[in-house]
Amino acid sequence: MVSPVALRLPLSDSDVRALKAGDVVTLSGSIVTGRDRIHKYLFEKRPPKDEIPFELSGGVLYHCGPVMTAAGDVYRAVSAGPTTSMRVEMYEAQIIREYQFRGIMGKGGMGESTRRALKENGCVYFHTIGGAAVYLADRIREVSGVWKLEEFGQTEAMWHFEVEGFPAIVTMDCLGSDIHRQVEEESLRRFSELKAK
Amino acid sequence: MLKLRDGIVELYKKVATSLPPDIEEALRAALPREDEGSAASASLSIMIENVRISRETLRPICQDTGVPVFFVKVPMGLSHVELRETIRDATRIATAKVPLRPNAVDVITEKNSGDNTGIGFPLIYLEETGGTTLTIDLLMKGGGSENVGQLYKLPVEDLQAQRDLEGVRRCVLDAIQKAQGRGCPPYIIGVGIGAAKDQVTRLAKDQLMRRLTDSNKVDELARLEGVLLEDINGLGIGPQGLGGRTTALGVKIGVNHRHPASYFVDVSVSCWANRRGRLIW
Repeated sequence: MVSPVALRLPLSDSDVRALKAGDVVTLSGSIVTGRDRIHKYLFEKRPPKDEIPFELSGGVLYHCGPVMTAAGDVYRAVSAGPTTSMRVEMYEAQIIREYQFRGIMGKGGMGESTRRALKENGCVYFHTIGGAAVYLADRIREVSGVWKLEEFGQTEAMWHFEVEGFPAIVTMDCLGSDIHRQVEEESLRRFSELKAK
Repeated sequence: MLKLRDGIVELYKKVATSLPPDIEEALRAALPREDEGSAASASLSIMIENVRISRETLRPICQDTGVPVFFVKVPMGLSHVELRETIRDATRIATAKVPLRPNAVDVITEKNSGDNTGIGFPLIYLEETGGTTLTIDLLMKGGGSENVGQLYKLPVEDLQAQRDLEGVRRCVLDAIQKAQGRGCPPYIIGVGIGAAKDQVTRLAKDQLMRRLTDSNKVDELARLEGVLLEDINGLGIGPQGLGGRTTALGVKIGVNHRHPASYFVDVSVSCWANRRGRLIW
């Protein structure tokens, strides 16, 4: 295995531009979670940055609805793998632009409008391992905060995690290279061959 | 019923935190088939490591603990109403105790019930059986892979899929080609064929309860299961959809009689973490 590129968060424009589709990385630093409801909220309500208790600029938005436990107000992530990113495709481009994320992380890849937003805003898509939720939760060092817990509930809230050595693969870079699209096109070609069989 | 309730809580714990051995074995067998240093190989290694950690620490393999689906065979004389209530009670307790992620969301208010119970949630199929044994099978069906399932009504012109097993093969390949990596491959795929929409979706899900190592009793279907597994792996989608030779670990097909005018095919897809288990009472 090629040794991973160790990335420290937040990411700068030049950090991101150095990343290429296929790079194996580890992330260390702060990330925030957001799935369907956070996306819809950020997209429709466009809350100003001072309404959100975390610094999002230069950060990574992780598509994840974790299982959490609480002892008083100290939270711990029990199980925290990625969810399917494609569901938030219609929101993501605007969110990348307005909140200046440098990384979007999830599973399964995203569509054309996100691909364009990655290029225009200097952002990449990180793919992490779906279903490896305990392995990934063990790389969350600390749960440092939560936003919209009351309103959206545990799964849909925005969690603020401190991660250490969190593994991912760059599958969509800011030059427009996209491993998901490559695999899809190749599989479509092979499907045509299999139909002719 | 109290003891049974606690038994179901334990079943939840076991199913959420330990992958069935046949699936773990299939993941291990797939690893050497992928190129060393590839995303496929790295993904499989992390999945296998994740299975070990979750079993040892008794934490859910995946944070999406899914829609609980119960297939229950009930001996005569046992109340179906009481059994449903017991399953729902066990679900509430298991959600807090395992813990499971609360996944039951009210369609009107968007409020999460917080305990995995709601209208038609968990999903419970009860049927009477001879003998005195109560058999409770539980499938914890993740949302990502449920979303990539497809229902087909043959013929489908685009696919040149006629009303025969070759048509079925084309539908299944189409469903997986469209799913790509969005439902967490390598997949376990259940296929149901028959006369009515509701019946084939249930039949397809039933197939996900079969062991990967079993073989279909009908020769033609056993053959199709083998052909489909090979074809699907030939699509090159790979573990996590990042390319590779392992797109599926198994394909299982069930049939009902169909109506002369109808030929429905449902493709039910499970992520690699096909969490299933049985309680015999």
